[in-house]
Amino acid sequence: MTQFDYEDNSITWVIGGAQGSGVDSAANIFSRACAQAGLNVYGNREYYSNIKGEHSYFTVRVSDEPIHSHVDLIDFLVSFDAETVFVHAMEVKEGGAIIYDSDLVETGLHEVPTIDEYAVERISKMLEASERPLSVRGMLEYAEEKNLKLYGIPYFSLLKQFAEQIGDHTLSKVTRTVNVMALSASMAVLNFDQRILSECIRYVFRAKPKIAENNVSAANFVYGHVEQQFKSDPFRHTLKCKQPMANTILVQGNQSSALGKLVAGCRFQTYYPITPASDDSEFLESNQILEQTNGKEGSILVVQTEDEIAAITMAIGGALTGARSATATSGPGFSLMVEALGWAGINEVPLVISLYQRAGPATGLPTRHEQGDLLFAIHAGHGEFPRIVFSSGDIEESFYDTIKAFNFAEKYQMPVIHLLDKAIANSVTTCKNFDQHRIKIDRGQIVDKIPISGQGGDEKYLRFKIAKNPISPRAVLGTYNGIFWNTGDEHTEAGHITEDPYNRINMMNKRMSKLKIALEEIPNEDKAIMHGNVDDQNTLSILSWGSTKGSIVDAVERLNKEGEKVRFIQLRLLHPFPSDLVDTMINGSKLLVDVEMNYSSQLASLIQQHMKRKIDYSIVKYNGRPMSSSEIYNAIKHIITGNAPRRQVLENGT
Amino acid sequence: MALKFADYKTNVHNDWCPGCGDFGILNAIQMALADLQIPAYKSAIFSGIGCSGKTPHFINTNGIHTLHGRVLPFAQGAKLANPDLEVIAVGGDGDGLGIGAGHFVSAGRRNIDLAYIVFNNGVYGLTKGQAAPTLKLGMKTKSLPNPNVNNSVNPIALAIVSGFTFIARGYSYDVKHLKELIKKSIQHAGLAYLDVLQPCPTYNDINTREWYQGMNNFDEITHKQKPRIYKLEDTGYDGYVNTEETYPKMMQAIQKSDEWDDKIPIGVFYQNELVPSYKERIDSKIPSYISNPPAKQSIMDHNNLPSADISKLLESLRIDH
Repeated sequence: MTQFDYEDNSITWVIGGAQGSGVDSAANIFSRACAQAGLNVYGNREYYSNIKGEHSYFTVRVSDEPIHSHVDLIDFLVSFDAETVFVHAMEVKEGGAIIYDSDLVETGLHEVPTIDEYAVERISKMLEASERPLSVRGMLEYAEEKNLKLYGIPYFSLLKQFAEQIGDHTLSKVTRTVNVMALSASMAVLNFDQRILSECIRYVFRAKPKIAENNVSAANFVYGHVEQQFKSDPFRHTLKCKQPMANTILVQGNQSSALGKLVAGCRFQTYYPITPASDDSEFLESNQILEQTNGKEGSILVVQTEDEIAAITMAIGGALTGARSATATSGPGFSLMVEALGWAGINEVPLVISLYQRAGPATGLPTRHEQGDLLFAIHAGHGEFPRIVFSSGDIEESFYDTIKAFNFAEKYQMPVIHLLDKAIANSVTTCKNFDQHRIKIDRGQIVDKIPISGQGGDEKYLRFKIAKNPISPRAVLGTYNGIFWNTGDEHTEAGHITEDPYNRINMMNKRMSKLKIALEEIPNEDKAIMHGNVDDQNTLSILSWGSTKGSIVDAVERLNKEGEKVRFIQLRLLHPFPSDLVDTMINGSKLLVDVEMNYSSQLASLIQQHMKRKIDYSIVKYNGRPMSSSEIYNAIKHIITGNAPRRQVLENGT
Repeated sequence: MALKFADYKTNVHNDWCPGCGDFGILNAIQMALADLQIPAYKSAIFSGIGCSGKTPHFINTNGIHTLHGRVLPFAQGAKLANPDLEVIAVGGDGDGLGIGAGHFVSAGRRNIDLAYIVFNNGVYGLTKGQAAPTLKLGMKTKSLPNPNVNNSVNPIALAIVSGFTFIARGYSYDVKHLKELIKKSIQHAGLAYLDVLQPCPTYNDINTREWYQGMNNFDEITHKQKPRIYKLEDTGYDGYVNTEETYPKMMQAIQKSDEWDDKIPIGVFYQNELVPSYKERIDSKIPSYISNPPAKQSIMDHNNLPSADISKLLESLRIDH
């Protein structure tokens, strides 16, 4: 993990609790409050495929320095149930703190039904080995050995007192504020500005002003109690408030690509509900009416379909009319879409598919992270047809990349698979405000009318005319004088069925040669980016793609500071594969190390397919939990010191 | 200049079998388009896969030949993005009621303004005569090794319970009557289902043209051969739903749709204009939808900068204010 000095406002804060008990809201308030206090924020959410009751937790890392990832160890654990203590207490590092419910100290490990049996076994072994009781008390004693500060909060009696104070004798309303009480207790220990805390509670609950005020009162009540109670025993960390960073937003990964779609001119999106992709569509539907610079009201139509086959085919139908169209899905849904993907390929339809990967196969780990669909995205579908596979490394990139994805789709008239994943979708970060005007719209060879024969027009419009440029002028349904045909069969220039062998060659050449043009035209920055000490020779070069970016960037920064010659080549365009650029980038590398969140090092096999050099070492992870920068740092360190096997499997995460 | 029947023909070679019922349907569609004077560029015929799937290639309007079973979602997508298009979907009974049955039901729930014409012949023709979803239980057409082991689906009843708001049946050898039904399906402001009985002369040797026209169907009194097909409108049947008639009219249509064997009704089974179309439903949440639908929106200015202005959304995410 990156070690920061305690004075610099850097901590990793984790709140856990049963799903449905307000863990997210508490973490959102904490993130927002720290951002408003001038800190950089990076947070990520872990949860079960469950509505209520299973354990979820939210890690928020804050710092004066820019941060892009999470680390393995926790400085501050905030809990209001027993399970959070059981599963996270041993992750709290030396000198850290735990907030726990003092009424639950005697709760036994076997009394918590939601803990996975495997976790129960691990925790039991650990407690038994140190001869401690199998209870919250045992865990806390175990943790205390690491010099932890333990803050027992009597939530029930505080709730009762608070209820009396506000005149609610039923406790019904106030029990729901326990999440905010826990948060506020941690804020009191961290000596955080109470005014900002209140402001952020109001922000997060802005849709329900009454509930907001109730929570603000509860927070203040607990803040006062904790301040009094633990005055004599201050924590080593405090969070000092500064001016917030200028022109900065706090944004979630399930908003960024959707925001990009609004700017890109996506006006039609279809979807079938699936984690973690649904948030994208729901965000769009919540913001379906658009302000426009031309003063005219715009909109995006979001349609929930009966399945993913309907989602992609309906989106294709929309794209044929000229509306920029997209669908958002995850692995199981994308599996259903592949036949239609081929149809879009053979008919040269611009379509964007936001593929939010999660751990597969089948249902896999439906709420957990993996980058297992790279080769699938590249090869999905029978037969051969062109498509672009483009991957974003973080939330900020995903905004701009989404606009680019629509440009690529229309310029090259082919489907674009925009690879995103659970780690991006369920993370939150402070970053520079998105610039709506950075990327221009490029609609390629779209035509709005076809000249009539004898009035400047040649003969009949041919949608797939064989010409020097394989990218044909594209009329859309409803274009005057521009009628056309499409078919899933091989087709003539007009779009009618034909099985002629020579036409087949021409049409295959036409379609597939568009990939070469795309590869020539797509700018280098969209193909791959180098991070770290790029001018060093004889380096270790890490190659990776997608959401591992943040953790690798942070690890490389630390390694560079220690004088290690390490750089990171972030692949963005995965298909067509930018061999020439990658070749220049790896030039001068002593070792090539592939880092990926999957079992089989899928990028490594692409490199083997397209490059003369092979990967020397691989670092993989497939336990459903994103890579931390500390794990990557350690794994690279092992390689540098010559102690690493060719393939290292990372295992951290809860 | 008025559009003529011939304007809707292409010179694409038609490879349907001689005597195929599809020809009647093709002609009826072209005649209906001419009668309604729908310009080629404003209309789009979508099709599924199978013999019927080739239909758009023979019609001189936009033609989108899609995937097996998926014609409805493709067609709905186009209509939603550009409601000014006249969208007609065509397909076979295997396409729409077998592999595409899920989309059939879901389309009914939306009630998008388009016409869906099913070429219903009881067999999968293009794959050489397997049993299709409308073939009756126990039927053994000549290409089947054994009698059909599945019960048949009743498309009219399924359309009714799924929420289609115009439901009719035509016969491919009564082109004039069929043309009128197609026109009504197109003009209906909602989702129309038109079931067309279409003999497959190659693979369905049971429900043949001769069979529909009365082969072995004798009047008990006169002992004369009697056509199986009859027109609902000739019997005083009225499927149009007036206020508070929805349920009885649905039940009436379902009951009527059960007639088969010696008496087979064609005509309009059900029409309900009381159900709001999907367009109206969208319009109630996006007021500019009809005037500025997805396909018509200008998404960039003359400098190719995005037209969308998301400043307010970004402002809400900003932390420095």
